[in-house]
Amino acid sequence: MSTRSLSIGIGSTPKRVLPGFGLSLGISLTFVSLVLLLPLTGLVGQLADLSLAQYWAIISDGRVVASYIVTIGAAAVAAIVNAAFGLLLAWVLVRYEFPGKRLLDALMDLPFALPTAVAGITLATLYSSNGWMGRLLEPLGLQVAYTWVGIALAMAFTSIPFVVRTVQPVLEDMPVEVDEAALTLGASDGTAFRRVILPHLWPALVTGTGLAFVRSLGEFGAIIFIAGNMPYETEITSLMIFVRLQEYDYAGASAIASVILFVSLALLLAINIWQGRFIKRLHGGRG
Amino acid sequence: MYALKRFHRAVVAIVLGASLTAPAMASDRELLNSSYDIARELFSAINPEFQEWWQAEHGESIAVQQSHGGSSAQARSILQGLRADVVTYNQVTDVQVLADAGLVDEDWQEQFDNNASPYYSTTAFLVREGNPKGIENWDDLARDDVSLVFPNPKTSGNARYTYLAAWGFAEEAFDGDEEQVHDFMRTFLRNVAVFDTGGRGATTSFIERGIGDVLISFESEVNNIRGEYGEDDYEVIVPPISILAEFPVAVVQTNAERNGNDDLARGYLDYLYTEEGQRLLAGFNYRVHHEAVVEEFADQFPETELMRVEDIVGSWEEAMDAHFSGGALLDQLQRR
Repeated sequence: MSTRSLSIGIGSTPKRVLPGFGLSLGISLTFVSLVLLLPLTGLVGQLADLSLAQYWAIISDGRVVASYIVTIGAAAVAAIVNAAFGLLLAWVLVRYEFPGKRLLDALMDLPFALPTAVAGITLATLYSSNGWMGRLLEPLGLQVAYTWVGIALAMAFTSIPFVVRTVQPVLEDMPVEVDEAALTLGASDGTAFRRVILPHLWPALVTGTGLAFVRSLGEFGAIIFIAGNMPYETEITSLMIFVRLQEYDYAGASAIASVILFVSLALLLAINIWQGRFIKRLHGGRG
Repeated sequence: MYALKRFHRAVVAIVLGASLTAPAMASDRELLNSSYDIARELFSAINPEFQEWWQAEHGESIAVQQSHGGSSAQARSILQGLRADVVTYNQVTDVQVLADAGLVDEDWQEQFDNNASPYYSTTAFLVREGNPKGIENWDDLARDDVSLVFPNPKTSGNARYTYLAAWGFAEEAFDGDEEQVHDFMRTFLRNVAVFDTGGRGATTSFIERGIGDVLISFESEVNNIRGEYGEDDYEVIVPPISILAEFPVAVVQTNAERNGNDDLARGYLDYLYTEEGQRLLAGFNYRVHHEAVVEEFADQFPETELMRVEDIVGSWEEAMDAHFSGGALLDQLQRR
């Protein structure tokens, strides 16, 4: 036994910390099957009750389509806002030292830890017309609670960590010397950011934004309290699924869920493919 | 505040209940009552009284456990194996689901008086101080200048009563003219400012967020809300015509037998019909049947014509099919 492990240690393949490839892959696959694939199979199984025409009728129902538009639109706005502010937050957390930095850093994970319903109720309390923020915004003609703006706000709240936490480590790996080199070579601040820093962050930023977007598509708890849930106006797709479940209509719920699932998968896959190409191009030629 | 006060009251009741039964706890029989969400406080008040009553009648010390949640979700958890001995729900359909599954006797509605509904309520309105919009009846709710708060009938049994009450009113007002009834319902539904998923959510929207002119809910609930939030800030309007909301109870026969609680389960539900039980129920603003208690609380419950669900739509089953299921009337009326 000892000679064998020694031969691995000095051989061409580096020594792994975890035992046996076969065993660890086997356990990983079992785990993935149990927590990820089994429920997904269940979802597809529910769909099997439907004919294609029924499936199409459910997912193309006017009210459900209106909910896609509300959900995807608000999630897009939330993701873009999070991309901008998440990048800034990650930048501040990595590049500057200031009192309270640790606290701000820890705060970033709060949306993950907080029950989303609590977030939703708190936001609704703040932004309703008699809340602290709502009282200030209402005279300016800006209604947040019970409009799609409120939906986007709740989505932004629950998904901001995705951007910060994906950009942060990449930024940490990039030494300050890189910006300094760019500046000594005569680049202006703007050029250095655009041509040197951003290209490095780009894959992480896009992944983070993509995750934030996908997360927002499925959010329920935080949104439901601030959305108003008016048919065709502020109903999100998750509510449509919830309503189907209340009616014991599991097939209908699965049908609508499959649309969200498909959009999410397609987006994540697209980002992965694009990222692979982008990184190849970034290191290409020289690498 | 409302929830907090209620919580305190519940804690006091539970502690009281626990201390009463503590000495003989170890060998006591335990009864599990599966009930609807907003009945938490009600049964926290009733259970200790029942324990005393059972002790006096049978000389046996027992304990009662409660479980609360949305009535349909509660029924589902019994179907999935929760060993509740009795159910006390706010939806006939949720007990029927259990009967269909064979857990509750098929003739459960005949096993106790008044369709196995020891207490009842109706749908009423809560308006702001001085009733500024002059709301008196259902037709006021379809005016252009009135905005309403009640939960989504798709997700709340409470709201299904509201919807059916408005429907019943319209049928009578327009002599069953389908087009006019549909027009009325369309305006009524369009006047809703926020569709929360449940009754408590709607209360929060109306009270804490100041949304809407009228909150529509069970008479018992709006009275309790007014009691908690200020008698001077809100008024309860009971319309001259409304709907009969029954609160069905049943013994979950299979479970009660397995738990050896058959007699106890029956005793618990019987207790709800006693003068003492009925007085407790009336204290929570539910309407009751016991004559002495009815007389005692007469000023609390204005006289009103109560339509039965069966008279409006035939049966709950038909109501679900024709009105509330996917693509049915409710969906059509909300379509743009």
